[in-house]
Amino acid sequence: MMKRTGAQIVWETLMREGVEVVFGYPGGANLPIYDAMLDYPVRHVLVRHEQGAAHMADGYARASGKVGVAMATSGPGATNLVTGIATAMMDSSPVVFLTGQVVSKFIGYDAFQETDVTGITLPITKHNYLVTRVEELGDTLREAFYIARTGRPGPVLVDIAKDAQQNSTDWEYSDRPIQLRGYRPNRHPLSKQVEQALEMLSTARKPLILAGRGVLLSGAMRELREFAERAHVPVAVTLLGIGSFPASHPLSLGMMGMHGEAWVNQAIQESDLLLAFGMRFDDRVTGNLKTYAPNARKIHLDIDPAEINKNVRVDVGIVGDLRESLQTFLEHLPQMDHSDWVEHINTLKGESAVRDIQYLPPDGHLYAAHVIHDLWRYTGGNALVVTDVGQHQMWAAQYYRHDQPFQWITSGGLGTMGFGLPAAIGARIARPDAEVWAIVGDGGFQMTAAELSTAAQEGVKVNVAIINNGFLGMVRQWQEFFYDRRYAATPMRSPDFVKLAEAHGLTGLRVWRREEVFDAIQRARETDGTVVIDFRVEQEDSVYPMVPAGADLHNMIRRPVRNPLVETAQDEM
Amino acid sequence: MRHTLVALVEDKPGVLNRVASLFRRRAFNIESLTVGHTEQPGLSRMTIVVDGDDIAIERLIAYLYKLVNVVHVEDLTHVPAVTRDLAMIKVAAPPETRTQVMQVVDVYRARIVDVTSQSLIIEVTGDEEKIESFVEVLRPLGILEMVRTGLLAMSRGGAPLYPPPNGNGNGHHAAASAD
Ligand SMILES: Cc1ncc(C[n+]2csc(CCOP(=O)(O)OP(=O)(O)O)c2C)c(N)n1
Repeated sequence: MMKRTGAQIVWETLMREGVEVVFGYPGGANLPIYDAMLDYPVRHVLVRHEQGAAHMADGYARASGKVGVAMATSGPGATNLVTGIATAMMDSSPVVFLTGQVVSKFIGYDAFQETDVTGITLPITKHNYLVTRVEELGDTLREAFYIARTGRPGPVLVDIAKDAQQNSTDWEYSDRPIQLRGYRPNRHPLSKQVEQALEMLSTARKPLILAGRGVLLSGAMRELREFAERAHVPVAVTLLGIGSFPASHPLSLGMMGMHGEAWVNQAIQESDLLLAFGMRFDDRVTGNLKTYAPNARKIHLDIDPAEINKNVRVDVGIVGDLRESLQTFLEHLPQMDHSDWVEHINTLKGESAVRDIQYLPPDGHLYAAHVIHDLWRYTGGNALVVTDVGQHQMWAAQYYRHDQPFQWITSGGLGTMGFGLPAAIGARIARPDAEVWAIVGDGGFQMTAAELSTAAQEGVKVNVAIINNGFLGMVRQWQEFFYDRRYAATPMRSPDFVKLAEAHGLTGLRVWRREEVFDAIQRARETDGTVVIDFRVEQEDSVYPMVPAGADLHNMIRRPVRNPLVETAQDEM
Repeated sequence: MRHTLVALVEDKPGVLNRVASLFRRRAFNIESLTVGHTEQPGLSRMTIVVDGDDIAIERLIAYLYKLVNVVHVEDLTHVPAVTRDLAMIKVAAPPETRTQVMQVVDVYRARIVDVTSQSLIIEVTGDEEKIESFVEVLRPLGILEMVRTGLLAMSRGGAPLYPPPNGNGNGHHAAASAD
């Protein structure tokens, strides 16, 4: 046994957990941890706001499959993490948050920078701890990592009193298995339920797979593909499930839900069996629950028992690790044929194409969809795309087609503006060889644009595509559709983004016309360091189709079909 | 309808807060919640009375299992169980009505635990119905103050409430089928 300070225990445990990088911000209450850091081989990324640290650690976790780590001091440092913690919670992202807390004997006395951070983060963490004694620190940290990455992953916060960081104890890292009485995730599916599900599948004529982030989290991409091919069942993905099934696969339908493809939502409504794999029937995906997939029996596979029957009553709920569950299925799954159904969906798909902005004749305007489509083309579909939240996020989901997993990072559950840039920085640090593109709106970008400075200081290269429409676009769209075009507080003036990039010592570009898109993308790819491109797109374009919140899934607002000839004539006048 | 749940939880700081906070966040209304030690070191037991239909309660149990400190949960609503509530009631008992009060205490097999010249403190245990009717009988005599523990519950028969030692996960597997 060796005498160690709490701060040393923190770093040694982190090293043993395989942590290579932490994102954080120092302050009085975590100063001992920062001081000890200099003695360990770890990379520290100094952010400009703790929210940035949280999103970076989250982006890092999503891109690497490892646990991300973010640190902050007590009080304001810790509260600045809150949005990022909630974001990680909603999207089941494994992140460990370490916050400093005031000296334990001051806790409860409203000491300087004291905040009840475990209280504040109770509902937005998978679990959290307050450590006041150095003797508890080692085990607590190990538990935190274990809980964050196992079962349904999620954020875990450890709030460490300053004296617990400073005091010493006899300590040695132990790798004895962690046993928690109340935490034993169900990994193995019950075979009886798998049998029941297989029987339902054998009689289904219009089955559909709904693939969510659980596929990616359990690494079940290959199993999903084999399942879909053998059972001959089309696959629709959730926003967070993008990449779980190759977009170019003949059985791939695309995204479902509020801004999902029309044919996907129609197919869901017509299906007679839904196989939900690691998705949770979010209201953005189902629309009105009363009319959701009315003729479909439902089979739900999830690691989290609390998701079964939460939003949608299901006929069979199979709790277990998705990969393991699908493997159990595959042991018994015969080759099937659902050609009629697949063909029917393809017809729906064809009918939808006439409304696709990609197929409309050029009218001289630069549309966001064009930018994203070109980004997809010119990066060969291989970029790791991170988005912010808003219209651009939905267009990115629709027009950047992912054949590979883990190339798509977005804030789905919480819909956090300001997520894009920092998460992209975290993703690039996790995967230095990946071509990372942050697709952001002019609004959300400004929420965390200060992290450009972090990117510059750290020499992190991400390409930032600002889809600049001069509006808080998604809200403007709701105002257009549902509030009689009364644009309250949505027109937004922005700084000169090119100069902003340059002020950080980075490269900035501006694009007005579609002909310039290719050059800008190429230049960004070839330039060292972070590049910001200000794409000036059509201001009042809307995302179609749209299922209004709470409406029936099949009652979509579709892009008006324009008569190409009339359009062109008008443009020439 | 009202459900009576019992939960075995780890005896750690903040667990009560976690449970109570879960009810609030998930919009369940707690009618009563009691906590105390069990025969097993490190484990406390909660009896929770909560209103909701069977489907909502099934969901609530699943949510409770998401809490890392919750070891086991059971719904005693539909199983034979003994339930008890304890009340202490301070009643006005001047010489004129004192005998009357004492007669009622006798009938309900309650106990007098404190005596002054003008009042008595009475302790009574029983199921909620008994306590309620006791309170109704005492009310006209002048109740000055009352305190109740809320419900305690234990299933009948030999099987104790233990978490399954080698269960799959927390022994919780969600309903197999909707119907
Ligand atoms: C932190 C935060 N605040 C507010 C919102 C509500 N909101 C959702 S989309 C949106 C507009 C986003 O505008 P912009 O970033 O310009 O992107 P666009 O929709 O124009 O692509 C807003 C305000 C949010 N999601 N997150």
